[in-house]
Amino acid sequence: MGRYVLRRLLQMIPVFLGATFLIFFMVYALGDPVAALFGDKAPDPATAARIRKDLYLDEPLWSQYVHYMGQVFGGHFGTAFNGQPVTELMAGAFPVTLRLTIVAIVFEVALGITLGVLSGLRRGRGLDTSVLLLTLVVVSIPTFVSGTVLQYVFGVRWGWARPSVAPEAPFTELLLPGVVLGLVSLAYTTRLTRTSLVENARADYVRTAVAKGLPRRRIVVRHLLRTSLIPVVTFIGTDIGALMGGAIVTERIFNIHGVGYQLYQGILRQNSPTVVGFVTILVIVFLLANLLVDLLYAVLDPRIRYA
Amino acid sequence: MPEPCEPLQPCEARSDTSSDRPVDLAATGTATLQSGPRSRPWRRRPLPRLRWRAAAPRPATGGPVPGNRGLWSDAWHDLRRNPVFLLSALVILFLVTIAVWPQLIADGNPYQGNLAKAQDGPAPGHPFGFDLQGRDVYTRTVYGARASITVGICATAGAALLGSVLGGLAGFFGGWWDALLSRIADVFFGIPILLGGLVFLSVVTSGSVWPVVGFIVLLGWPQISRIARGAVVTVRQQDYVLAARTLGAGNGRMLLRHIAPNAVAPVIVVATIALGTYIALEATLSFLGVGLKPPTVSWGIDISSASTQIRNAPHMLLWPAAALSITVLAFIMLGDAVRDAIDPKLR
Amino acid sequence: MRGAQRVMRVRWVRVRCVLCALCAAVAGAVAGCGGDSGSADGIVRSSWGDPPNPLEPANTNDVQGGKVLDMIFRGLKRYDPSTGEAKDALADRITTDDQRTYTVTIKKGHRFGNGEKVTAKSFTDAWNYGALLDNKQRNAYFFEYIEGYDKVHPVTGRPTARTLSGLRVTGERTFTVRLTQKFSSWPRTLGYNAYAPLPRAFFEDHAAWLKKPVGNGPYQVRSYDKGSVMKLRAWDGYRGPDKARNKGVDLRVYTDSNTAYTDLQAGNLDLVDDVPAQQLKFVRSDLGNRYINQPAGIIQTLTFPMYDRAWSGPARAKLRRGISMAINRAQITDRIFRSTRTPATDWTSPVLRRQGGYQPGLCGDACSYDPARARKLIAAGGGLPGGRMTITYNADTGSHKDWVDAVCNSVNTVLRSDRACVGKPVGTFADYRNKMAGKRMTGPFRAGWQMDYPLIQNFLQPLYYTDASSNDGHWSDTGFDRLVNQANAAPADGASITAFQDAEKILARQMPAIPLWYQNGSAGYAPRLREVTLNQFSVPVYSQIRVG
Repeated sequence: MGRYVLRRLLQMIPVFLGATFLIFFMVYALGDPVAALFGDKAPDPATAARIRKDLYLDEPLWSQYVHYMGQVFGGHFGTAFNGQPVTELMAGAFPVTLRLTIVAIVFEVALGITLGVLSGLRRGRGLDTSVLLLTLVVVSIPTFVSGTVLQYVFGVRWGWARPSVAPEAPFTELLLPGVVLGLVSLAYTTRLTRTSLVENARADYVRTAVAKGLPRRRIVVRHLLRTSLIPVVTFIGTDIGALMGGAIVTERIFNIHGVGYQLYQGILRQNSPTVVGFVTILVIVFLLANLLVDLLYAVLDPRIRYA
Repeated sequence: MPEPCEPLQPCEARSDTSSDRPVDLAATGTATLQSGPRSRPWRRRPLPRLRWRAAAPRPATGGPVPGNRGLWSDAWHDLRRNPVFLLSALVILFLVTIAVWPQLIADGNPYQGNLAKAQDGPAPGHPFGFDLQGRDVYTRTVYGARASITVGICATAGAALLGSVLGGLAGFFGGWWDALLSRIADVFFGIPILLGGLVFLSVVTSGSVWPVVGFIVLLGWPQISRIARGAVVTVRQQDYVLAARTLGAGNGRMLLRHIAPNAVAPVIVVATIALGTYIALEATLSFLGVGLKPPTVSWGIDISSASTQIRNAPHMLLWPAAALSITVLAFIMLGDAVRDAIDPKLR
Repeated sequence: MRGAQRVMRVRWVRVRCVLCALCAAVAGAVAGCGGDSGSADGIVRSSWGDPPNPLEPANTNDVQGGKVLDMIFRGLKRYDPSTGEAKDALADRITTDDQRTYTVTIKKGHRFGNGEKVTAKSFTDAWNYGALLDNKQRNAYFFEYIEGYDKVHPVTGRPTARTLSGLRVTGERTFTVRLTQKFSSWPRTLGYNAYAPLPRAFFEDHAAWLKKPVGNGPYQVRSYDKGSVMKLRAWDGYRGPDKARNKGVDLRVYTDSNTAYTDLQAGNLDLVDDVPAQQLKFVRSDLGNRYINQPAGIIQTLTFPMYDRAWSGPARAKLRRGISMAINRAQITDRIFRSTRTPATDWTSPVLRRQGGYQPGLCGDACSYDPARARKLIAAGGGLPGGRMTITYNADTGSHKDWVDAVCNSVNTVLRSDRACVGKPVGTFADYRNKMAGKRMTGPFRAGWQMDYPLIQNFLQPLYYTDASSNDGHWSDTGFDRLVNQANAAPADGASITAFQDAEKILARQMPAIPLWYQNGSAGYAPRLREVTLNQFSVPVYSQIRVG
């Protein structure tokens, strides 16, 4: 397994290079960003030309890329248009988003798997139907709505939580945003767990365990759930990166200055260093998450082997 | 990894289920979980029944055998009798009908509105009220079915197909294939939706839904490919796969006949929920200015413009969201029924 | 099975413990929240946005950065928050004989927060810094009327001089300014934050100054956590008449104005200076009379691409005026904006007041809603080019879609068609501006203008003068140019304003840009604040706010 891990880590390098170039190219394809730096007024041509020259924006694409990568290997990830270094933006945004994502993942795992197990065991009954309805509600109502409504109810009407998160973003204040963020993923985890459980409930080893007289809870948790968790774990692995980079709506509602918000601003302002910097880290997170998930397959299902 | 054998617990038996292998257990066994030492009321209910089909052995020479129709026609046979499938198919048929002929049940104008009535509640002749521009919400919900259902179905089908093919191949062959396809998927995972939308969709001038569908497929296939890959990796270790291999099955037959039916369940689950997510994604793209071009009507567009007005006029959001729920519900039920019919483990 | 039972019991106990711990954590979190930390006495907690540019005076062109500069700097003039009149701040006297060379004398005794004196050199150094091309200041063009600008800021190539030749320091507190042309209202433009003085510390340790700006105004920056919060505290070393009446201001960055509004309702914030449109229906019941809605110097127009044959030329003027008549401004401002906008009847702003040149009704019939006449005029003007019209706007701020759709619906209703007018969103603001600069607009497009200073000149010259910096429609009319030059050269106010209004009448006849509505500034505040007002730039007058 050690060799497998090593091989996967080595594969990260071409992905890293490929992703940075692709994103760099895409931001380049968006066009010239300098015109937007002057507000609603037309840019002064001389100043705009000078800014472009200093940011290397009038060079061809490959030259800009080489210059950028040279800076990256020197430790400088470039500067955003407001003068802040991208490393500073990242240092401020990633810890907050990490905490928020952890809350969302814990919420979706705990509640999703529990509901999935319960509805899988009681297939076709009342609980199953209500969980299905909850799934539908969560998928059809946009995050913006659920977020604003919950923020109003818990923050303003009942005063149980702060409507907005303080800049330091401690875990306690991230509970409500984490729940809002994890709602859609909750639908996926619940349904996946339920389906897997129903599938594997008819397996021979479950029959054997039942025949041996094991208590029901033990069978469900120790035997049934373990193999059923593979699709769920796969999904969560793909979800981690999506939650980190795509939480823009939740971050805006709760005033969290996280990765989603910075990335969104960077894209709208067409600021290449910000976008490439953040996306690169996100891609690395994806890679690590997928590696972890692949290793977990072997843990969850003993029949799976890796070379 | 060796089987985990813990003290106090007997080692787990391996599971093997295959509809191909002739099973000559005489009895249709039902298994129930006994109540444990601490019996609680909910424990006494049994697990779903296991039914072992006593299938007749297949003759060495081909030729139809009565009672054994093969997997796919078996599936269809079961589907036809499943009330859930029939109901969901009816709902979907209805939705497709009104997508093609919205005039059937709505005779208003979804584009024109009377601003004086903006955000008013239900009125005679306008059961769902008015939106921010004074347009009739009912008419817009009905007309919105076309764009939303087209985007939803086509994007989901495309992403599911592309994702399951690529992910399935990666999981099945392993090695270099797996590495290549998975890393490509990882790169696509990293593309932010907004950035991709701005780059790919801004250059598109046509007002049709197909660029949006194509874009959603482009960004949606990696997730489904991971799920498919995981399912295939689980299934390919099974005994019946080894048995089929020993019996001389080639790769194609193995994939289609043995692996696909067993691995399809998680893909169906994710795809049916993704349908709803893709319609919401189309809404986000339109909100950002790169999705469906105005004056196209779609549920997603209506939902996203109603989201900010939730405090002022909840009915603006309620009806398109309800329409979206019904569509997703229909597809979830359809997916469940199809999975029940195809998955051999559930027979 | 005894061992199994014991193992199971232990495991269940463990699970129960975990659940209990989780519940306790949640309860603790929930109990500990609700209130807000940092609502110190006398401090105003206000909402803010992250300024997109560095906070140098000549580099800040947005409202959020302008708020800070308004608090920490005082320039030669300052615009009275209620009347808009340019009152002397640091300027003792500004005199001229020929409307071209001005002698500026600054008041004695003013200092910067770090102890340095404010001298004539503070101003000239700052203005030279702002004008020099090498410093890439966004507001450099504000110095374009000073002689020598073309050498420090050439259109192409490198600067040939480092300082403006038109600026000369003649004493510790006096300097002269020579302009490139006659400009009688030049002294009144000096309230804009680009003309602020700068301490030596700005030049000696630029990076440190950017981290914690130092100025000469009633507030000083106590701490600046970029992207997050800036704390300003009242400075007792300030000598001016408008000392701060509170202990300080905390500016908190909010990613969304809805969140700021919710925080205001929950008591975590004291002042929100942009009430979002979707809260307007209930804002009175939420805040009672703690809601301000007053005119600001902002006007929204639909500009035509006058470089496009299909839209330009006097023959098409009827078409342009007809489209203007087809827009039901009153209904749109009422239903979509809930009266935070006022239908526009000229090209300036009510903020100017009549004595400043605002003349309601100057636009005449062309700005009133008349479907029948609109149809006739549009037909007489040749109809919409190709039967269709698109209104282009940038989609990234999210708030333009609603009114563009409403305007298009209004035109469609008048023309009795479903598709005559359609909105055309562009994804990013940069892309939008590139299209404008590249003359690639195919139909009317949104153009908003926020005044730099409350003068009628600022609403007309930068937008409609030939080749002016913000003439995005590239309209040109020699009659208009002549009248503007005349107005600038006129020595007295009355003649100047009359000439500007005559120029405006040309706009009414030719309609190169349809004036839609004047935008109001809005603000909501908490019960603990009193005497909250907005100035004409829709920015709260922080120094006047009382707490408690």
